[in-house]
Amino acid sequence: MKGFVRLIAAAVLTAAGATGVLAQAKEWKEIRIGTEGAYPPFNNLNAKKELEGFEIDYANMLCEKMKVKCTWVVQDWDGIIPALLANKYDIIIAGMNATDERKKQVDFTAVYTKTPIWAISAKSAGSDISPAALKGKAIGTQGSTIHANFLEKFYKDSTIRLYPTQEEANLDLANGRLDYIIADSLSLEDFLNGKGKDCCKKAADVPRDATIHGPGTAGAVRKADVELKAMWDKAIAESIADGSHKKIQDKWFKFPIL
Amino acid sequence: MSWCEYPGYLFGSEVFQNYGCRMASGLWVTFELVVISVAIGFVLALGLAIARLYGPRWAKAAINGYTTFFRGTPLLCQLFLVYYGLGQFRLFWQDVGLWWFFREPFYCALLTFTVNTAAYQAEILRGAIQSIPRGQFEGAMALGLHRWSTLRLVIMPQAMILALRPLGNELIVMIKASAIASLVTLFDLMGATRLAFARSFDLTIYLYAALIYLLLVEVIRRVWDRLELRLTRHMALR
Repeated sequence: MKGFVRLIAAAVLTAAGATGVLAQAKEWKEIRIGTEGAYPPFNNLNAKKELEGFEIDYANMLCEKMKVKCTWVVQDWDGIIPALLANKYDIIIAGMNATDERKKQVDFTAVYTKTPIWAISAKSAGSDISPAALKGKAIGTQGSTIHANFLEKFYKDSTIRLYPTQEEANLDLANGRLDYIIADSLSLEDFLNGKGKDCCKKAADVPRDATIHGPGTAGAVRKADVELKAMWDKAIAESIADGSHKKIQDKWFKFPIL
Repeated sequence: MSWCEYPGYLFGSEVFQNYGCRMASGLWVTFELVVISVAIGFVLALGLAIARLYGPRWAKAAINGYTTFFRGTPLLCQLFLVYYGLGQFRLFWQDVGLWWFFREPFYCALLTFTVNTAAYQAEILRGAIQSIPRGQFEGAMALGLHRWSTLRLVIMPQAMILALRPLGNELIVMIKASAIASLVTLFDLMGATRLAFARSFDLTIYLYAALIYLLLVEVIRRVWDRLELRLTRHMALR
């Protein structure tokens, strides 16, 4: 019984810790950045278990600009906001779109990428992706993303499959279990140029829905960390103005992403 | 308000109320997965246990290998091997007309859980049969009973009493292990909970999910108590 009470107490404390982080003005010398590490070419753990990708290079560059020491923490996508709120790291840089729903939990920095959303499919599939045309088809994407919300809102008559990572969804499209994937163009393009070269193609552009998709991807911070947000806003604006954003963009992408 | 929103309403939990219907359909998926796989697994296990004990040498070796593999590797690993591994041979499955089966995550999970639980249950039944004293076999033989009759009328009724509790444990373990089905896009109870959490960021939904699993296990515990009373009624003190 005592053990059970302790368990409940621990659960309640965890819940409390996740929602109420003490607000304090502090000078940031070290910043811990949380990322997913499974979303190439934004952030990805390579075969040597090192992080690489546009966001990794970009955030490291911003850290130099801000003259702070940055360390990276890899966290599964599903828990990425709760872990921020539980103070496992200070900012999320993980291709996260600044949506209204997430703004209830966290604050977003300035937007640093804004990429088209694509539908991809097997080579033989059609390019009409209206909900009526995809009735009864299997559409996949990563769970807990804006794309999942988008599918659930507009594609009620299709079978929606949500995967822990985008890579697993891509694999299932290649395997033929999925008819379509709707997700961010950049991570999809990587797949279409690589493993998905023989099986799959881009089917169509997906129109952005203002309320679901938001203005673009940005860093997410705890609402209490006002100074941190200001620091990043300033650094992001500077990097866009002085061309350092473009330099890193050109290293990773063939076309502009902002 | 639909019926599945009431529990959340009664608990005063907004998130549990909002996602109550998803959790209810998730509970049904979990129920289907576990009941079907454990039931088919039990039938398979009976055959496997008997063949393991009395079959030809090659059958013994094959079944030994089967149980060693499925008891010795993580269920998640097996599920991924079936779902993503076997799923890669689409052309082959289409040729043999089985793609409809391997296309569906539900069937993949069902297949994995069935072969996994069959391995565990076979070992449970084998142990139970082996622990019946030799004298019982000899007595049956002296009465001139056929081997199958011996097994069916003398050995199994006694062995099932011994196997009952471990089989109940296996059922409980399967209920909890079935949560990994959510990793292959199935919205079982755990999948529905993860979705609710991803939307609401409200950790308490996991607490409610835990309570539902607890409730399931408690129901099974009570059913098993009844089953035991029934199977041992000839031994009960009156």
